[in-house]
Amino acid sequence: MQNEQDIYEEHVLDHYEDPYHRGALQDATHAHEADNPLCGDVIHIDLKLTPQGKIEEAWFDGEGCVISQASASMLIEAIEGKTLEELQTFSADDMLELFGPKLTPNRQKCCLLGWRVLQSAVHSPLGGDEDDDADGPSFGGPSLKEES
Amino acid sequence: MTAANPLMPESQTASQPLDLSGQLAKYREDFPILSRTVASGAPLAFLDNAASTQRPRVVIDAISHCYKHYYANVHRGIHTLSEESTMRYERARKTVAEFLNAASPNEIVFTAGATAAINTVARSWGDVNLRSGDVILVTIAEHHANIVPWHQLAERTGCRVEFISLQDDYTISDDQVAEALKRFEPKLFAFVATSNVLGTEFPVARWTALARQHGAAVLVDAAQAAPHQPVDVQEWDPDFLVFSGHKVCGPGGIGVLYGKEHWLESMPPFLGGGSMINRVTTSGFEPAGLPEKFEAGTPPIADAIGLEAAIDYVRQIGLERIAAHERALCKVADGGLRELEGVTVVGPTPEKKCGIVSFAIAGVHAHDVSQQLDTRGIAVRAGHHCTMPLHHALGLNSTTRASFYLYNTVDEAERLVEAVGEVRTKFAPSGRRRRRR
Repeated sequence: MQNEQDIYEEHVLDHYEDPYHRGALQDATHAHEADNPLCGDVIHIDLKLTPQGKIEEAWFDGEGCVISQASASMLIEAIEGKTLEELQTFSADDMLELFGPKLTPNRQKCCLLGWRVLQSAVHSPLGGDEDDDADGPSFGGPSLKEES
Repeated sequence: MTAANPLMPESQTASQPLDLSGQLAKYREDFPILSRTVASGAPLAFLDNAASTQRPRVVIDAISHCYKHYYANVHRGIHTLSEESTMRYERARKTVAEFLNAASPNEIVFTAGATAAINTVARSWGDVNLRSGDVILVTIAEHHANIVPWHQLAERTGCRVEFISLQDDYTISDDQVAEALKRFEPKLFAFVATSNVLGTEFPVARWTALARQHGAAVLVDAAQAAPHQPVDVQEWDPDFLVFSGHKVCGPGGIGVLYGKEHWLESMPPFLGGGSMINRVTTSGFEPAGLPEKFEAGTPPIADAIGLEAAIDYVRQIGLERIAAHERALCKVADGGLRELEGVTVVGPTPEKKCGIVSFAIAGVHAHDVSQQLDTRGIAVRAGHHCTMPLHHALGLNSTTRASFYLYNTVDEAERLVEAVGEVRTKFAPSGRRRRRR
């Protein structure tokens, strides 16, 4: 309505309802999962990396708000086929840009959950003694919902 | 509160109608912020009052007047401004004492907020009185502010925290309380007077009496009660009671710890520093008397004065009338939301609660609800509202909460219901397909 930019643009809702590669990847080589306990959003990412360091396949699963789930879908779609070097240059700002609609700082945390899980996933090989107890991404700044 | 209180304006006696509607427009004009619009351009409907309320002009002006005309540090200043500031600061304490019907202003300690007040009790009273194996009893409906300080106390002393669970109707029975008191023999029963999520109003006087029978001290978290209903500490009879200024139209950064004088006398100071001492030597210190003993450092002077203005303001309207008004709005919102398909109201029916209505929509995250309501100008809160154990017990990640105050209107309650109906439609699956890349 009026003059605000609707953050639930069509393509956001499209990704929410019809996500890219949502589910588990059977022959994943790397995986990571984290949540944002403040709002309960959870994202799990499975990756299949080639020995040369290319993301051959990527899948995600999770639950949470539209922003967290749709952004994870967009991210997974965007990074498949990329090399780890290319991934390194994909910054948080790039993620926000990929998402599209401008988000307030509180909602940026939702949008960046998948991106942060991905940063950890590429360093979390499966089958080894990976630290799957890692606390997950740490969200700096004021907490999202510590009010009363 | 009764007409027996000579400070209570006559308009507040029970014989007057408990209806704000005639004067609501006037009250709303007292709050400059209420006339603004939100980012979308929609007019603001501020329904996030359980998190923090707005300030009427008299509060803003009282703070501003303090800084413009007589501000200086309080106590021990031998000059005009300090004398005047001290007089006003101590007058604010007296007003708070009257607001709670405390026996003496010595029982009123200014803190940074309700959270700081509970932490003061935990650090001071708790460290002295709790031993390994002792129990602090709380309810599952507590705000984190009335859980975490006790977890911390448990870490320091080896005591433990036990929780009373909720019944299916979001209440807790006296029998449950009596049983828990008997079973755990707690040193302290710390409970919330009004749940900040469920809106459930617990029977404080009855529970305090039960706790007495079992030898437990009582702390009441009145953060959601004191701004919305008459609170009388002599009638409720807790050992400690806390509330925050910003939830009662007052400034942020100030709250109140009420404590029975004999407890406060016997408790060691928590924070050390200036103001809280009579004498300091190279080898030690002698603490000041009440209430300075618990007010180390320069206190929130203008904030105390602003809080006094806020208390004067709500008392002038009448706490009974405010409570009745909120109840009426709650009824509209609660009833309307319960009729919407897919919407679950998380809390008891209106007759058992105050002006707080929390809800969950099947398949829609609370953040998306809140975001969407914002485009309609409606400010609500989404998340766990600092009650993770409660949400966990209810099997919910998060809820959306609308909370009313004296300046809200029936129209706003109806706008809420209508907008929540739209939200459901917006996020319902509709056969969308992602564009292939």
